[in-house]
Amino acid sequence: MTGFRTLLYKEVLRFWKVSFQTIAAPVLTALLYLLIFSHVLEDHVQVYDSIGYAAFLVPGLVMMSILQNAFANSSSSLIQSKVTGNIVFVLLTPITYAEFWLAYVLAAVVRGMVVGFGVLAVTLFWDTPLLVAPLWIVVFALLGGAILGTLGIIAGVWADKYDQLAAFQNFIIVPLTFLSGVFYSIHSLPPFWQSLSHWNPVFYMIDGFRYGFFGISDVSPWLSLLVAGASFAVLAGLTLAMLKSGYKLRS
Amino acid sequence: MHPAIRINSVTKCFGATLALAGIDLEIAQGEFFGLLGPNGAGKTTLISALAGLVRADSGSLAVMGHDVQSAYRSARRLLGVVPQELVFDPFFTVRETLLMQSGYYGIRNNAAWIGEIIEALDLGDKADASMRTLSGGMKRRVLVAQALVHRPPVIVLDEPTAGVDVELRQTLWRFIRRLNGEGHTIVLTTHYLEEAESHCGRIAMLKQGRIVALDTTANLLRQFSVHRLRLRLAAGGELPAALHARAVEEAGCWVLSFADFAEVEVMLAQLREACCPISEINIGQPELEEAFLAVMQRDA
Ligand SMILES: Nc1ncnc2c1ncn2[C@@H]1O[C@H](COP(=O)(O)OP(=O)(O)OP(=O)(O)O)[C@@H](O)[C@H]1O
Ligand SMILES: [Mg+2]
Repeated sequence: MTGFRTLLYKEVLRFWKVSFQTIAAPVLTALLYLLIFSHVLEDHVQVYDSIGYAAFLVPGLVMMSILQNAFANSSSSLIQSKVTGNIVFVLLTPITYAEFWLAYVLAAVVRGMVVGFGVLAVTLFWDTPLLVAPLWIVVFALLGGAILGTLGIIAGVWADKYDQLAAFQNFIIVPLTFLSGVFYSIHSLPPFWQSLSHWNPVFYMIDGFRYGFFGISDVSPWLSLLVAGASFAVLAGLTLAMLKSGYKLRS
Repeated sequence: MHPAIRINSVTKCFGATLALAGIDLEIAQGEFFGLLGPNGAGKTTLISALAGLVRADSGSLAVMGHDVQSAYRSARRLLGVVPQELVFDPFFTVRETLLMQSGYYGIRNNAAWIGEIIEALDLGDKADASMRTLSGGMKRRVLVAQALVHRPPVIVLDEPTAGVDVELRQTLWRFIRRLNGEGHTIVLTTHYLEEAESHCGRIAMLKQGRIVALDTTANLLRQFSVHRLRLRLAAGGELPAALHARAVEEAGCWVLSFADFAEVEVMLAQLREACCPISEINIGQPELEEAFLAVMQRDA
């Protein structure tokens, strides 16, 4: 267990040491989204009757920050270790592939949570979210962070170069999060896009997370939990099999 | 007692390159062993297979009797590897790096031993400096230190002295010899053959993924290299014709090679008979470099 704990500690320390870039910067980004979108759209978009647009936007932005930063943490740490070669220091040790996976995922979740809290904290100045069902909030935040942290491991292990990782991020992660209802309710979309969104697992993570704030959502939080839980199980299984095989790490 | 390292019929291909072409090797506990070979011979690949960084295509490897695949956790605990590439994690200081490394091996409260390694490798001044600020030689010392944090009984050093100054080389060898004296098995690769010659009891020479020579250092020297008698003749001296066959002229001296010391007497007798005046004479030791070149050319 000490090996696993050390790796987790190292991974947390790694982003903590550069927290300006890994925490402050994404919080600022989310804040800019909030300022711009709520200002432009406040009078034009009414998603749920009882909730103003800015309030609607906050949980989506928090969740988006959690997801993107969880992904960024594991993927960037891995590619950096691979490119500089210092990944051998971990590969030489008796740490098992399951411990390896868990340490990277948990560190990603921690980073996601810290950034998520940061975004929530600064947005409190605009609109106090309701927090109707806090347990759902916690469950979806953890699950979302773990899913994207796992995806980050896949991307970080697969990519040989930084631009491959950037492609993974720009063509998979960003579209999935942007087209998931962060900025709108999918009910406001044309039918085609609405049904397409139902195939996006990130939609369920954000919808379930938002349910925890308002008690209102596009689909039942139980369905969202099911989809998110299944996505996590599939990705975790895939990642563990990949790590066990030594793919790209042990030639 | 298990051998420190047992390698059975190991092969490894990288695409079309046959990096290891069937290696069999056993290294006993407590040995100071040299793994020599030209660039690309497969030394690093063999070490990587032992460390689990590379998977052998066939064959098996074991560290102190623990298979590196099926019992990888125990095998890795017993093995310390100093990688050839100068790698480091720029986010941490030297001490953090070492504490972290021992944590990976499941060791806590290791500060005393880490302090000792830092001392022995002369890293004291830099212990709290960030890794990114160290010079190349300093980084190399940290690499060595990292391989030792868990006190592995088997230590493999892949060119530990590349780019390292004379002083550290001596410090390093003193420390490694001490560890060897305490019972640690040492495996060394280096391109400085005089280092291998003075430290290694036994040597394997690799070429294109095969072991082409494996013997004690003394036997390799005896078998493949020659002693030399170096003569400077006084003015007007003429080397006797009988000696020309074994002589080469080198910077105003005659260098006569021989394999056995009994031949020296014969040569001196011939010189005396020819009344050849000698102004300077010395006998040179055989060098591993010659043995190395002889082996590599023999199997060309
Ligand atoms: N990851 C890899 N992918 C492709 N080829 C490789 C890889 N690693 C090693 N090789 C090839 O395998 C052969 C053996 O390489 P290796 O690094 O083991 O040599 P070496 O004996 O350590 O050489 P050096 O003295 O230069 O360190 C070389 O032909 C090398 O190009
Ligand atoms: Mg090498």
